[in-house]
Amino acid sequence: MMGPEIASGFDSPPEREEMESLALSDASASAYRSAMSSIPASISASSDGDPLLAPPPTLHFPISSSASGHGGNPATSTASSFLDPPSYADVVFSPFDSHNGHGGCGSGADNGSLLRSDSSPRSARAAKSDYIKISVSNPHKEQETANSLVPGGGTYFTYLITTRMRAGFAANGDGESEPVEFGVRRRFRDVVTLSDRLAEAYRGFFIPPRPDKSVVESQVLQKNEFVEQRRSALEKYLWRLAEHPVIGKSDEFRVFLQAKGKLPLPTTTDVASRMLDGAVRLPKQLFGEGAAAQVVPQEVVQPAKGGRDLLRIFKELKQAVTNEWGGVKPLLVEEDKEFLEKKEKMQDLEQQLSSASQQAEVLVNAQQSIGETMGEIGLAFIKLTKFETEEAVYSSQRIRAADTKNVATAAVKASRLYRELNAQTVKHLDTLHEHLGLMLAVNSAFSERTSALLTVQTLMSDLATLNTRVDKLEAASSKIFGGDRSRLHKIEELRETIRVTEDAKGCAIREYERIKENNRNELNRLDQERKDDFLSMLKGFVINQVIDSSIHILAHLEQVAYSEKLANVWATVAEDTSNYVRGNS
Amino acid sequence: MSALGGGGGALRNASTALAISSTESFAGTPSCHTKRVRRPPGSFYWLHAVTPAPPLDTTTLKQLVFVSDYAESMIPPEIGPPKSSSQSPRSPSGAPFLSISVTDPVKLGNGVQAYISYRVITKTNLPEFQGPEKIVIRRYSDFVWLHDKLADKYKGIFIPPLPEKSAVEKFRFSAEFIEMRRQALDIFVNRIASHPELKQSEDLKTFLEEDEEAMERIRSFETGIFKKPADLLQMFKDVQTKVTDVVLGKEKPVEETDPEYEKLKHYIFGLEDHLTETQKQAVRLVKRHRELGQSLSEFGKAIKLLGACEGDSLGKVFAELGSKSELLSIKLQKEAHNLLMNFEEPLKDYVRCVQSIKDSFSHRANAFRLHCELTETTKLKEINLEKLNLMRSDKTREAEIEYRELKAESEEATRRFETIIKRMNEEIVRFQEQKTAEMGLAFHLFAKGQAKLANDIADAWRSVLTKIEAYSLSSGHD
Repeated sequence: MMGPEIASGFDSPPEREEMESLALSDASASAYRSAMSSIPASISASSDGDPLLAPPPTLHFPISSSASGHGGNPATSTASSFLDPPSYADVVFSPFDSHNGHGGCGSGADNGSLLRSDSSPRSARAAKSDYIKISVSNPHKEQETANSLVPGGGTYFTYLITTRMRAGFAANGDGESEPVEFGVRRRFRDVVTLSDRLAEAYRGFFIPPRPDKSVVESQVLQKNEFVEQRRSALEKYLWRLAEHPVIGKSDEFRVFLQAKGKLPLPTTTDVASRMLDGAVRLPKQLFGEGAAAQVVPQEVVQPAKGGRDLLRIFKELKQAVTNEWGGVKPLLVEEDKEFLEKKEKMQDLEQQLSSASQQAEVLVNAQQSIGETMGEIGLAFIKLTKFETEEAVYSSQRIRAADTKNVATAAVKASRLYRELNAQTVKHLDTLHEHLGLMLAVNSAFSERTSALLTVQTLMSDLATLNTRVDKLEAASSKIFGGDRSRLHKIEELRETIRVTEDAKGCAIREYERIKENNRNELNRLDQERKDDFLSMLKGFVINQVIDSSIHILAHLEQVAYSEKLANVWATVAEDTSNYVRGNS
Repeated sequence: MSALGGGGGALRNASTALAISSTESFAGTPSCHTKRVRRPPGSFYWLHAVTPAPPLDTTTLKQLVFVSDYAESMIPPEIGPPKSSSQSPRSPSGAPFLSISVTDPVKLGNGVQAYISYRVITKTNLPEFQGPEKIVIRRYSDFVWLHDKLADKYKGIFIPPLPEKSAVEKFRFSAEFIEMRRQALDIFVNRIASHPELKQSEDLKTFLEEDEEAMERIRSFETGIFKKPADLLQMFKDVQTKVTDVVLGKEKPVEETDPEYEKLKHYIFGLEDHLTETQKQAVRLVKRHRELGQSLSEFGKAIKLLGACEGDSLGKVFAELGSKSELLSIKLQKEAHNLLMNFEEPLKDYVRCVQSIKDSFSHRANAFRLHCELTETTKLKEINLEKLNLMRSDKTREAEIEYRELKAESEEATRRFETIIKRMNEEIVRFQEQKTAEMGLAFHLFAKGQAKLANDIADAWRSVLTKIEAYSLSSGHD
């Protein structure tokens, strides 16, 4: 609204455009987090990598244009700001434009050649995965088929998930040379199912955390905004899954991405039905000592779930309490010293990550506000210039107006630079955020390990109890010559239980060992990935700052150059007014 | 009263000794202005840590002195106030010069009575002055006295503005506030000293040369007995005319309708709005620099800790980034200070100057009103006199004397009014030129500071970049 009014004071149309973009930046004072979450993963994953592999991330979702409207999408917003040629595309400024035009933040300036030699680890990882494209697009509103109890709650969104696999990795894998593309429609609930299935099947792995269900946001946010946020979060999530060396190749993931129609993965029974299920079986478990108490070997590989095997939960809880309070050393303890150290280190890391991420947020905010204020000061000077130009009576006023205009232009320019820098900074420091998210996965993998250990411990103490009982019974029956029929029968029964429990124990130990192994591998993998990610983050962040600063310098060199011009003007004025000016300033 | 004045003077003399001794502790330079102390960047924080002024002792004194020469060192020598450097070469040539510096703010007194005193050093070769160099101790109210005297005597001249009283008691003795005020006072006296008319003022001489006791006497006498009632009288008069205007049904108090003057007024009021807005933004910009600096330092610390988790050489890269962030944070704080002194303060001064122009508007309006009234009454008297002349009344003689007096008074008022107009016309040209020059300098320093900051930032990050490159090369070989 201000744009036209002020721009009218100037002869050149570029001013107007600049003013508008400035006002736009004011309106889009979006928070760091929201800005972060709306960066499509594909950008961060690919934009600094091989341009051939990287799909243009903004092409396949229509909403992106609206997202860039409120500054949420740095890629588009920077792109648009690079495009405008006006008065700023002057000699000093153009090198920056052209460098950035080549794509990627890493390729600008003189150090570009150094950087291009080693590509980003993320894109390298992405290149190792079977997928060359994953995109989530076309959110579509659908009606719930089943009658919903809540009025108005019967609608949901489905998203089109398009994937292209590397040649030779397609579903049937019969050596097609063409990359195969799949497109499926999934709703958020399906993603929840996928993540649940993965959590069950890949215990001990660091499974990238799923986006939140965010019930609150769905109520608070504008529908479009919410859907867009979720869309980009999903895309990011799927990319992370695809980049995981094991998860990315898993059947579950493949089925999720490729199976047409309804998701064929079995939905895990939800908590309510599990509870019911458990309640039905509860009496049997409590009273019938026999069969129900036996633990089915294949079930021990799963952590105890609410309801279904309440008894096991009780038992394991008791075991946990004994471990904690009883002072009785359990039969099997966590003795992997390396692991314990690692775990402690991870906890430390998590803490530092969270504080670093927090500080990064503060930094980004500070950077944003300095840019904004710079813009506002530019605006104030522009207004002042206009005013002075209109009211000028004396030549000194006109000179001042011209000076002020130069400062105003420089300030606005600097403001824009700050904005661009900030968008880039957000992108790079997002790595911190992402790894903080991964820590969640690490923690859950560790707790899987703990619970597996607990299962083993419980089974072992069960066995011990059973063995003592058998011993007692045998001792008692041996006193009666010829044997006690019922006791012998009982012993047989117990022996049977012991056998089953032994099986279960073996199973549980194997599971535990498997998880341990997974933990170890995953830790190593994560360490390596984190190193790579951090390195590229640092590099990106720093180069960004360097490039930006050098542009800054360019902009300011001009400013200084002009300032010197201004100083000359000042000097002539000083001459005219003899010592007066010098003495006073 | 004299006993009181004497007591005050003694106190001040003591402070002189203190101030001098504190300057002498820095290698015995007579004026700390000539000395540029390069101190480690870390001490900047320390300076700000003293903000709530502790009880006066020698260390605080030193700090205050430090502050003043610190700020001095912020200004690049080639464009800084060339007080000593550019004036002294001129002195041998014999060209008349008058240069004043306000230095060494020192806190005196305690509690509510506490105030800051400054050393005012005059260097001149003008014959009217006592000697080539004179040092006196002055406090803020002395400056106020000078300002008010000049404003009273030189109506129509835009009297250089004074820095305002601190609105917030808490900041009254903060190092930064003191330094800002010192700088503003320095500008104030030097503007007077370089003004063609004001520099000839007797009051300026009094201010620069009287000893402390005499100064205090004059000030308390004039502010206590003479000045205030005059003000009150004027206020009564204003109210009276307003009331009579309303009662007699005069549409409006008489005002000038000169279109050029109208335009000027419109300009000044508009300018004030724009400048206030700009200055507000400049204040924010300073604040933003501080905030960015603060967050960079916190970020640096967090990054260092994170790097410690990583261990090995990557950890070192993190540490490098962290320490550079902290370094830049200091640079940002410095730049914030630089901005405050060289960009925001000139803008604020601009606003103050506009205020002083507005003051002269009201002087002009008063003079105009008086001129109109007297002209009108003179006319009435003249008619009256003619009537009396025709009637050959006895009162003719009396009336004629009265008429003559009134006429003289009226002519005096007209002349005064015309002087004001003439002065203002000259002053506005001077004002515009001066502001063009001053803003030019402020813009220059602003641009230069920003450019330097950007350079520093680029340098710091570039050095981190070389570390990163080295690391990725070495890890690539592993």
